Amino acid sequence: MRLGLALRELHRSETSLAAFLYEVSDRHRVEHEVHHVARDLAGWSRAHVRDLAEAGERYGLSLRGTAPESSGLLAPVRRKVSELTGRRAETGLLLLADLRRLHRRTAGVSLDWELLAQGAQAIKDHELLELAQRCHPQTLRQLKWSNSMLKTLSPQVLVSG
Amino acid sequence: MAERDAITDPWGARTPYGPGDSWPVRVDSHLADGVRAEDVDRWVPSAAVLHSNGDGLEIAVKDGRIVGVRGQADDRVNHGRLDPKDLYGWQAGASPDRLTTPLVCEGGRLVEATWDEAMRRVVTRSRELLDEQGPSALGFYTSGQLFAEEYYTLAAIAHGALGTNHVDGNTRLCTATAAAALKTSFGCDGQPASYTDVDHADVIALFGHNVAETQSVLWTRMLDRLAGPKPPALVCVDPRTTAVARAATVHLAPLPGTNVALMNGLLHEIIRNDQVDHAYVEKHTVGYDDLVQQVADATPERVADICGVPPEQIREAARLLGGAERLLSTVLQGFYQSHQATAAAVQVNNLNLVRGMLGKPGAGVLQMNGQPTAENTRECGADGDLTGFRNWANDDHVAELARLWNLDPMQIPHYAPPTHLMQMLRYAENGTIRFLWVSATNPAVSLPELARVRSILEQDRLFLVVQDAFRTETTEFADVVFPAAIWGEKIGTFTNVDRTVHLSEKAVEPPGAAKSDLDIFLDYARRMDFRDRDGEPFPAWHDAESAFEAWKKASAGRPCDYSGLTYDKLRAKNGIQWPCTAEQPDGTERLYVDGKFFADPDYCESYGRDLITGAPTEPDEYRSMNPDGKAMIRPAEYLSPHEMPDEERPFALITGRTLYHFHTRTKTARAPELQRAEPEVWVEMSERDAKECDLEDGDLARITTARGAVQAKVRLREIRDGVLFLPFHYGYWDTEATSERAANELTPTDWDPASKQPIFKTAAAAIARVEEDR
Repeated sequence: MRLGLALRELHRSETSLAAFLYEVSDRHRVEHEVHHVARDLAGWSRAHVRDLAEAGERYGLSLRGTAPESSGLLAPVRRKVSELTGRRAETGLLLLADLRRLHRRTAGVSLDWELLAQGAQAIKDHELLELAQRCHPQTLRQLKWSNSMLKTLSPQVLVSG
Repeated sequence: MAERDAITDPWGARTPYGPGDSWPVRVDSHLADGVRAEDVDRWVPSAAVLHSNGDGLEIAVKDGRIVGVRGQADDRVNHGRLDPKDLYGWQAGASPDRLTTPLVCEGGRLVEATWDEAMRRVVTRSRELLDEQGPSALGFYTSGQLFAEEYYTLAAIAHGALGTNHVDGNTRLCTATAAAALKTSFGCDGQPASYTDVDHADVIALFGHNVAETQSVLWTRMLDRLAGPKPPALVCVDPRTTAVARAATVHLAPLPGTNVALMNGLLHEIIRNDQVDHAYVEKHTVGYDDLVQQVADATPERVADICGVPPEQIREAARLLGGAERLLSTVLQGFYQSHQATAAAVQVNNLNLVRGMLGKPGAGVLQMNGQPTAENTRECGADGDLTGFRNWANDDHVAELARLWNLDPMQIPHYAPPTHLMQMLRYAENGTIRFLWVSATNPAVSLPELARVRSILEQDRLFLVVQDAFRTETTEFADVVFPAAIWGEKIGTFTNVDRTVHLSEKAVEPPGAAKSDLDIFLDYARRMDFRDRDGEPFPAWHDAESAFEAWKKASAGRPCDYSGLTYDKLRAKNGIQWPCTAEQPDGTERLYVDGKFFADPDYCESYGRDLITGAPTEPDEYRSMNPDGKAMIRPAEYLSPHEMPDEERPFALITGRTLYHFHTRTKTARAPELQRAEPEVWVEMSERDAKECDLEDGDLARITTARGAVQAKVRLREIRDGVLFLPFHYGYWDTEATSERAANELTPTDWDPASKQPIFKTAAAAIARVEEDR
């Protein structure tokens, strides 16, 4: 059954979204709201990864239940660079580029949840459908967040400097 | 007339009364030494300006000087009472170190200048930046202490004439969450309840609200109920054992940063015990099922682990809240300045909504304010909202405002929410805001992470204008300083927490060349030669009363409707609650009496925000969620605070207000009684913690966080173990010390994503004795 493939793909994209949220958080240490909220939202993705790994067992998949809790060894470097360049207006463009990338990746995760939910309905897997119904709204909230940050921050970046 | 030593006896004598009775009158007064009441030339009506309570008072004038104050016996707010700050604080106005002339920066020093010269510099720089970058280069940061006329004028100049999105008030630090919580639950700002609900309530629940110190006259009202027949039960949520906690039937002392978990636990119990007013919920609200789902697993046991509060205490509090027949809930900084501020404050609204406790005597919510005129900052649109509680995301509202101002709608920025202060500061940090005009506030002491704040304000590339009555820590970074007239030296209206509007008359002349903030803003507008669509000067008004008349037009038809008020009407009877209209000429005691809200999609001030991410709700989403404009029950999950105590920094640090001081003490430290009462910063900790840290009462300690350090004398107090408390009032203008005194050296740069209010009550800290001490 190809549903396993969808599960595996979603597990991969959620894991990478969690990692990317930490990366964005550290790369923009001086943008305090982005820094803090990105970490809060990475927590959602980490919980999704855990739940997907559990669900995967029923489909004979062996998926890691843990997603990264930081942006890895480079975290301190990313933060330092952010602090060192934080007084330059040009970093605004990097921020917009990262938020844009984040938005697209989150949209990918959202689509993957959509596919999983469709598959779960087709084979009447209540448990899997319940999982999608519980997690997908959080993905949509992540998506709205990156969208709203882009909307709020872009005017200043685009008209100054 | 009773005169007491309000320092040793801050709340005065009891005048007990029972439920539903009128609170007895007790007139408090204080006159300068040697002045008797019969010597006073004139008594000039005003209201209290050193806290948010809005107590009506009269200023005593003799030989052209302020010589004292007395409470207004017939004022609905205080029935004659005054708090220590009111009784003594007026002396600051006559301080010899008032600013009496403009100052400009020459060779790194502030030197005296004429108004023409100072204004020329501000106007020249404004024009240069408008040419180079446009209005996004300019930002305005105002206060919670000016008058409505002044905020409205500033909003018209900034949002209208200049068209910048960067306008906020220091209300961001104290009441942004009150506004956000009201918008989230009711679609609009505006205080549902009234102080008179204290007279009727059988349970008063105070959430992070140390009313005994922040609104001490309101506390005397509660004390008088407690001393009378059938006293109300008090529920107090506060990590410190305050005077309120000592008087409470139940005192919950949660770990800082865990308010949402605690509230969810209380709601869980009320739902489990089925103490829900289902008829009210069904008829007047949306979202109840989501709340049931959210709090389903928030059992007292589970919540107890997070908050460090025994489960039986949570059950006991829930029993009181759930059994109340007239429940008055109040909220202040313990929630607003803590982690998940809006989410927590909204759960208090949810509590009253599920219990159907709204809009009737004794039943209501008071989302409190911290400053005397914070309500005006919000309603006039000087704080990151649009004038008259208009919705920036509703094009019709913006068009209406543009018609009022006779400007092109595109001139009023509404492509995104108005920029909040912390984001403005970030823009100043990255060099895209290059002009910042600060009025009546002192960010160099009051904002979090002061080392960073100073590094931003001191930049050469930032043109800083500061308008104040005194030199402050902030004026020292300024390019231009304007000397401002203050309370008692100008006329205007202001509105307190429970929507009571007072007219504050001019009692004396301002010193030297000082001018009212209104006159300064209008002078700037004339020199900038702002024009409306017909080429007429904008703003069209020229003094306080004409500004008030203009503001009335802007408020007409909106929830904060002033159209039924005039200066003369307030002269006849001071203290009237908005909305005040032709239909309701005596004002409105309670909002939402009939279960009708300002939440209709076409009328609401805000479509709300996600309580966790802060993302604004899209108009369509709001419309489908709440098509009939009901109250909204919005649940929230608990998230761990961003900075948790650890081995290196084992304490949770909270900062806050005290009874005798206000803001950064620019006034209260210049009133001898208040200054003597608390001249120096201190730190409170529990006896057990002190013992473990080898500290004793009176020791000099050094408190450190990842941001900096503060030195303070230790006071052993009843405060929960693991928590340190520092008052935030102390800065550097009145001390030899140049560092390690202001609490905000320690606080983090982090804010609630929904209300954008900075978090002052969750920081990991260490404490140790200063070695040379003892």
